[in-house]
Amino acid sequence: SSGVFSGLVLSYLWSRRFYIIYIYNKYWWSLHRTASVFPGFHLIPRLSSIVPESCLLITVGLLVGGLIKLAGEKVPPVLDSKLFFLCLLPPIILDAGYFLPIRPFMENLGTILMFAVVGTLWNAFFVGGLLYAVCQMQSAPSDLLNLELLPCLLFGSVVSAVDPVAVLAVFEEIHINELLHILVFGESLLNDAVTVVLYHLFDEYSSVGTVTVVDAVLGVLCFLVVAVGGVLVGAIYGILAAFTSRFTSHTRVIEPLFVFVYSYMAYLSAEMFHLSGIMALIACGAVMRPYVEANISHKSHTTIKYFLKMWSSVSETLIFIFLGVATVDGDHSWNWTFVTVTVILCLVARIIGVVGLTFIINKFRIVKLTTKDQFIIAYGGLRGAIAFSLGYLLDNDRYPMRRMFLTAIITVVFFTVFVQGMTIKPLVELLAVKKKQEAKRSINEEIHTQFLDHLLTGIEDICGHYGHHHWKDKLNRFNKKYIKKCLIAGERSREPQLIAFYHKMEMKQAIELVESGGGVKLPPSVPSTVSMQNIQPKKPPPVERALPQIPKGREDEIRKILRGNLQKTRQRLRSYNRHTLVADPFEDGWSDLLLKKSKMIELEKKITEMNNYLTVPAAPPDSPTITRARLSSDPQTYQMKQMSDSVPTIQVDLASPQSPDSLSLLDELQRADQRRELRRRPPPDEEEGGLMMRPPQARGGDQGEEGGPSAKEQRLQRCLSDPGPSAEDDEDEPFLS
Amino acid sequence: MGASQTRTEDVFQELSDKTGFSLEQIRILHKRFRQLSGEEDTISKENLEKIQALDKNPIRNQIIEAFFDKRNQNDGEVGSSREIGFQQFVKVMCHFKPPTLKMTTEDKEAMRREKLRFLFNMHDTDNDGTITLDEYRKVVEELLSKSGAIGLEAAKAIADAAMLEVASINVPHMEPHEFYEGITFEHFEQILKGLEMESRMNIRFLDVDTSTMHCGKSQ
Repeated sequence: SSGVFSGLVLSYLWSRRFYIIYIYNKYWWSLHRTASVFPGFHLIPRLSSIVPESCLLITVGLLVGGLIKLAGEKVPPVLDSKLFFLCLLPPIILDAGYFLPIRPFMENLGTILMFAVVGTLWNAFFVGGLLYAVCQMQSAPSDLLNLELLPCLLFGSVVSAVDPVAVLAVFEEIHINELLHILVFGESLLNDAVTVVLYHLFDEYSSVGTVTVVDAVLGVLCFLVVAVGGVLVGAIYGILAAFTSRFTSHTRVIEPLFVFVYSYMAYLSAEMFHLSGIMALIACGAVMRPYVEANISHKSHTTIKYFLKMWSSVSETLIFIFLGVATVDGDHSWNWTFVTVTVILCLVARIIGVVGLTFIINKFRIVKLTTKDQFIIAYGGLRGAIAFSLGYLLDNDRYPMRRMFLTAIITVVFFTVFVQGMTIKPLVELLAVKKKQEAKRSINEEIHTQFLDHLLTGIEDICGHYGHHHWKDKLNRFNKKYIKKCLIAGERSREPQLIAFYHKMEMKQAIELVESGGGVKLPPSVPSTVSMQNIQPKKPPPVERALPQIPKGREDEIRKILRGNLQKTRQRLRSYNRHTLVADPFEDGWSDLLLKKSKMIELEKKITEMNNYLTVPAAPPDSPTITRARLSSDPQTYQMKQMSDSVPTIQVDLASPQSPDSLSLLDELQRADQRRELRRRPPPDEEEGGLMMRPPQARGGDQGEEGGPSAKEQRLQRCLSDPGPSAEDDEDEPFLS
Repeated sequence: MGASQTRTEDVFQELSDKTGFSLEQIRILHKRFRQLSGEEDTISKENLEKIQALDKNPIRNQIIEAFFDKRNQNDGEVGSSREIGFQQFVKVMCHFKPPTLKMTTEDKEAMRREKLRFLFNMHDTDNDGTITLDEYRKVVEELLSKSGAIGLEAAKAIADAAMLEVASINVPHMEPHEFYEGITFEHFEQILKGLEMESRMNIRFLDVDTSTMHCGKSQ
């Protein structure tokens, strides 16, 4: 009966195998973490810092495979190429392509292509050729003797491709500097074209049996078609996606869908025509990103980002687990000679390839690759699941030694992932390789990057030769003039990059401020007490004044009184009611600001005519619109307020809105005034006594007026209160790139 | 002819030793110099302003000014020359040489400082040793000069924010009444540390005379 019971349990488990795997993956992370908490398992916390996640996942796969095998069941061919190439691989590649750092990639494109194309070719022929030679040797075991050249070359091409999944998994954890990361990673992505071509070529030729020179030339042509074709297909779909996103302002919710669908279609189209799907996917993601991001809403951007990360994480986990399972299950044919020779040849080929290529490449590079760099590039050449799947795809009839191939491929994969993956981190520390710059992008760096671009282009022009910078500049200008106009909606198409960067930074800081609890202190990127007033040069006090200056004691008194009142206002501000909660105050108000800037320029001119009072910043720290406005010396933040005679006025310098201590008197009076004003007309449907967000009175109408207090108050109100939900408002506004 | 040629060769050799350019590169630069100056021995600002390709460059004036800035000659003099000779031309070009493989870390640091100094001089137009807010504003305005009215408005905001950032990073604790005079060279170095100037501020100087291989005109 226990047998029956265990049989029942096992068959139940087997029938629910996918669900089990799904559940396992879902809770993998928490399982891993809880395991490290167990007192008995002292090794486990250390384990995660020594062993990269990919190794752990493969081990888990081995265990799961072992369990299934023990249960006597047949493991489904999970690394079946269909599942792998259609479902598991695309998310990872799309994630990589969409978030590819374009600048370093393009700067090093020549180097990357050299490694990807020439390096992979070299590896393939070296490994394949020498393996054949070894097999032909007299001392080789007999079953290797009938291994022909072409199958050997085919095997060489399969096993020599650097795998993007493995590279990503390992390099993610070692935080190496940007240059090396992009070199190895870029190579792993671009060598797909070479692998595809070589694979199909050798596959075809081994049925034919002989190769002529014509075939070789055709092979080269084939490669060009596959690579360039793949990129073109991807670029076309990318442009289509960008163009579509231009018109999605009314269908914000499905914007992410366009990105995913177009990318996947690019991949499928390329694969259908036997072009390089990976290169299509990369091209699609990289091409569409700048335009799509300028068009889609902030929420869609977040959705895309997190979906891509989620899918690629899941895929990666599954791939490694299935690799483990397939190892246990696999139909292996272990041949000591073959396997060891393969592993050694792979390593040797990689090292020679990298060293030789770097020697040639350094002649053309401005910043040369050092020996340390070369070592990391060579050592980072990891093989992974793509090699295994390609091997799996081989036809069993045509290749009787397929099992031997698979065993050898798995061994190489295990060797690179485990041995190289585990040791690369300590080696990076040992060799003191430059690590990734963790610092946030600063506005100064952005300004100077742009400045440098123009400077170097100018110097090249003076020198008279058309270099790298000249063509880049030309491309940028072409992009700005024609392409952006087609693909980006509205005014954003004309926005210079520096301004876009600055706006994005402002947005981030504003969000950070609100998330930090809307507290009194503004958390700047670097904690400091420096504020705007420290950098603004002191203006001489203007000649005219409305009233004589109030002695400091009296000023403090007034300040204290008003601050007390202000606290009460603040508390009321916080209790807004959810019916009036605006969907996205930032973006609605933001686009308003942007659109009305030009009108504000006119208004500002009129304001400066009133030189009785200096302009002062408005409002307390916790209004979102104001925090954003505060971070730029945007003219709209400076409000004029006509004071009634009973209230004393004080001249103030351009006080910093950021430092609460400089909360100006006029500012507080404005708040007091506004409070009074709003209390006068209580909104009908508010539940609590909270300050209700109300739609602004007249959106664009009275901008140009030099009105009395009413116009100013309205503007003040508009600034301080977010526009409420109204029928024609879009829920989201475009997210800036 | 022969005597003057050997004299020129000696001059080139001397320049090559002093600046680190190869003889070939000096020859090419000299050819370009002659082209720009109209076969004269010196070039003036007008010669450089005539270059058509520079027209689209937003910071064109600053670049041209940098060639005539005496501070970039490292002679200790200040001010602006009206004309420069070939030696001064090459000296300015020296700032854009890439690092070689054989350089030590100290050499790289020195090279970085030299390049940053060049940039600093471009910003610090009144040569008081600091980049004031006005000067920085001017820099950003020039950068955005080809972007219309919206560019000018945002330039002020961006320059202010950038200045604030420099101050925050370098002098974190300032009293409200203190005034941050301007960006000194040390602060400038500090904020641009992450950019690694020695790897970025380079152009490729040709070794081989490929001017005949260009399809387009190089003037």
